Amino acid sequence: GVGTASLALPPASLEAPGSVQQLPVPGRDSPVARAHRGLTLPTVSHYRLFPKALGRLVAALGVRELHLALTQGFWRTRYWGQPPLQAPAGAELWVWFQPTVTDVDKAWKELSNILSGIFCASLNFIDSTNTVIPTASFKPLGLANGTDHHLLRYAVLPREVVCTENLTPWKKLLPCGSKAGLAVLLKAERLFHSSYHSQAVHIRPICRDASCLAVSWELRQTLTVVFDFFSSGQGKKDWSLFKMFSRTLTDTCPLASQSKVYVDISPKNKEKELLEVSPAPTSVHEAIVQGDKKTYAVYDLLSPSLFNTSRSLNVQLKWKRPQDSCYIHYQPAQDRRRPHLLEMLIQLPANSVTKITIQFERALLKWTEYPPDPNHGFYVGSSVLSALVPSVTAMKDMDVEQSPLFASLFPSSDGSSYFVRLYTEPLLVNLPTPDFSMPYNVICLTCTVVAVCYGSFYNLLTRTFHVEEPSRGGLAKRLANVIRKLRGVPPL
Amino acid sequence: MAVVFGPGSVPGDLPRPLPFRDVQEMEISVNLRTSVTSRYEMRFRSTTAQEEAALAAATAREADAALHPLQNTALGSLTMYVLPETSSLLPQGTNVYVGKHRSALVRAGGSLAALQARLREVTQVMSFTASSIAAALSDRVPDGQLSPDARRYLKSSLGYEITFSLLNPDPKSHTVDWDIEGAVNRYVKPVLDKLSLVANFSVDSQILYYAVLGVTPRYDKESSSFLLSAHSLPHVINPVEARLGSSAASLYPVLNFLLYVPEHSHSPLYIQDKDGAPVSTNAFHSPRWGGIMVYNVEAPASPQASLPLHVDVDMARVMEVFLAQLRLLFGLSQEEVPPEFLLESPGNEGLADWELDHLLWAHTVENIATVSTTLTSLAQLLDKIGNIVIKDDVASEVYRAVASVQSAVTELSLGHLHGAFQASKEAVTSSERAFFDPSLLHLLYFPDDQKFAIYIPLFLPMAVPILLSLAKIVRETRLRKKEPTKMD
Repeated sequence: GVGTASLALPPASLEAPGSVQQLPVPGRDSPVARAHRGLTLPTVSHYRLFPKALGRLVAALGVRELHLALTQGFWRTRYWGQPPLQAPAGAELWVWFQPTVTDVDKAWKELSNILSGIFCASLNFIDSTNTVIPTASFKPLGLANGTDHHLLRYAVLPREVVCTENLTPWKKLLPCGSKAGLAVLLKAERLFHSSYHSQAVHIRPICRDASCLAVSWELRQTLTVVFDFFSSGQGKKDWSLFKMFSRTLTDTCPLASQSKVYVDISPKNKEKELLEVSPAPTSVHEAIVQGDKKTYAVYDLLSPSLFNTSRSLNVQLKWKRPQDSCYIHYQPAQDRRRPHLLEMLIQLPANSVTKITIQFERALLKWTEYPPDPNHGFYVGSSVLSALVPSVTAMKDMDVEQSPLFASLFPSSDGSSYFVRLYTEPLLVNLPTPDFSMPYNVICLTCTVVAVCYGSFYNLLTRTFHVEEPSRGGLAKRLANVIRKLRGVPPL
Repeated sequence: MAVVFGPGSVPGDLPRPLPFRDVQEMEISVNLRTSVTSRYEMRFRSTTAQEEAALAAATAREADAALHPLQNTALGSLTMYVLPETSSLLPQGTNVYVGKHRSALVRAGGSLAALQARLREVTQVMSFTASSIAAALSDRVPDGQLSPDARRYLKSSLGYEITFSLLNPDPKSHTVDWDIEGAVNRYVKPVLDKLSLVANFSVDSQILYYAVLGVTPRYDKESSSFLLSAHSLPHVINPVEARLGSSAASLYPVLNFLLYVPEHSHSPLYIQDKDGAPVSTNAFHSPRWGGIMVYNVEAPASPQASLPLHVDVDMARVMEVFLAQLRLLFGLSQEEVPPEFLLESPGNEGLADWELDHLLWAHTVENIATVSTTLTSLAQLLDKIGNIVIKDDVASEVYRAVASVQSAVTELSLGHLHGAFQASKEAVTSSERAFFDPSLLHLLYFPDDQKFAIYIPLFLPMAVPILLSLAKIVRETRLRKKEPTKMD
């Protein structure tokens, strides 16, 4: 559009495969915690991979399960498919406490305060006004014997904004931090340049092995990010780790027992694979995830063959055959300087209807920028569609000089198609306008007040006082005197 | 204190025959308004038969062990056994043997004056000195008169958290294993059990990977090792502290003990002291924070050994250093012991009973001073803001704090150290609870000038015409009253 407007594009109507990466879970270790009830004996806990801050928190407050998610944006299922692990926008915290906790509300308040310190999020705003005790949902995800729902607390803060200061403590919980392994890719300036960003921490008790004789704590950290290339101006459709994260994988975390990258290459619409991944994956894995059969190309970072040829691993995805090849060029507007420009090159399938919708907003103008007739509305210019339409009738080679003038404006290289440029209807938008009489009202009121004040002061300052004869009386006195004269009584 | 004269050690010039009592008082002035009076009550007597038998042991240590069940073991008490000058129980050159309980063996010095001087030295070492009391009250001492040791020891607190961290900046080259649980049970727990009278302790440990020191060490060609100079040590702590993690779950101060295994490319790493010589223990500590020790990994036998190298930490050596640093942090190790003293090592327990007393004296005095400062601040706050509402439970906490501190002061003056310390702890808890109660927030109360500022613009313009008309009415009635008299 033309004019001063700000445009908010929805994510493009194309899918973004491989936009979600699941990080492996290095944090599986069991802190040995023996809590003595007496006051004099010390309490001991020893941690190796599990972060001490969360471990002490879980032990001190009697937490059995803890799930915290911080999310920015909303998952668009229509465009992106099923979410692997969805979370509501803002902050969500739900916790199951141990049955030994006597005052669950007090422990819940302490827990939210301590977590807000650990994750630099305003979770301390969680109080009884936004906490509920669900009775039917949010059953424990780990081991549980007996579920008294009074031990569960759930709170959500939709207003919470997620930013880099929440990502940093999340990364600090990982044993290798962001120095080695997959977490090397997680740099804040790329991760937050995205349409959807969600980080979560899940702690739950699990069986240590198949026989389930001992119980361990499991810490699971997940990060879900949707990159939308069209809004970041790149427009092409080849993906690679470098393009997404501006980094490549160089080595693995030496503490990890498992370190894998899964790329979803499932075919869509029953076609053969349309994605080509390079370098060659270590293996291909098929699994049924959320009811769908999916094919994953697996890169096992711990296998020595992967880093043989090069020191860095950059997974690249290419489309095997050209898709509805789409070129998008978008230049966002700058207030009072330039308008939006959106150019798209699309291939329309036959016998179909293609609808393109764009949402945009107009910013409020300054009061001197309004035209003299603001209530008429604002115009949005027409969109342009240029196409090379195949011609129905074949044409022989024609002589340019012989063709009529009106048909020879657009050159045509061969006779089988002709060029056409179409325009859409212009748009007239009625926008809220300010009350232009307000400045006049303000001026009137101010001038009145000043005039009254000044008038009174001037009057007081310049008043002169004379001695006055006692007056003959007002009208009432004269009337009374007339009546008295009539009665024959002396006047007042 | 009891001074027990063994056979043959009684000096000739005793003022009165044994047994008798003597009281000495000394005033330690801290600042213009604070002073501490210390009172030593000494009971002089001669040995009983059992004590004589115990003193006939072969070495001083056995004598001390034998004498232990015969003593008064109340906290804060001392027993000094005077031996004849020629006694062979004490080795040559030592005049005083300080045991690990609350007793000392003193060699008689000929005259009473010399003996008294020696006894005074013993009391200074084993209980408290003017400087240790002044250090405990260091908040009140004017700045110019502080000794360098003044703000060095940990402040008195109800509990402490101790965290042992292993820093491995290079997990690709070194796989470090430490049996911290066993080491804590074997070496640290006995010390903390002994200190449990002073405060609650909780011990933690963690392993941090990719944690680097903030300074790059210098390479020294002569010793072909890397060196950390003494003046770069303060810069080491800050970057590491960000990784250590705050203790979110409790309010007690944290003592951090870090064991750093240098990277393969920076091995071996030594710490230099101010003179440039490498420190023997390769460790340093920072007052009121904790200590750091550098653990060098021996180079592998063959230079082509495959990385990562497996390292098993020698916990005995490490815990020795950490426990010594713990004693330094608490102020238990004294440097100024006169040379003729022989101190018995406290063994596995880590500290002697008299060292515990030393700590308790300082902490009790510090607690009492803290309570009085807190309550005074609270009273000043109430004076300044007249309309703070004090709830009943806050008031009861204040009364309890005052009662506890008064009883602490009484017990302290009677010499009952245990009772005084418990009372002072209760006083501190109550006073903190009263002072930090959320209902005392300053912002909840409007100062008077704000109230005026809000109401005057509304009432003053309304009041002016009313006042004027009142004045006019008054004038008229006065005039009318005068009129009848005038007409008369």
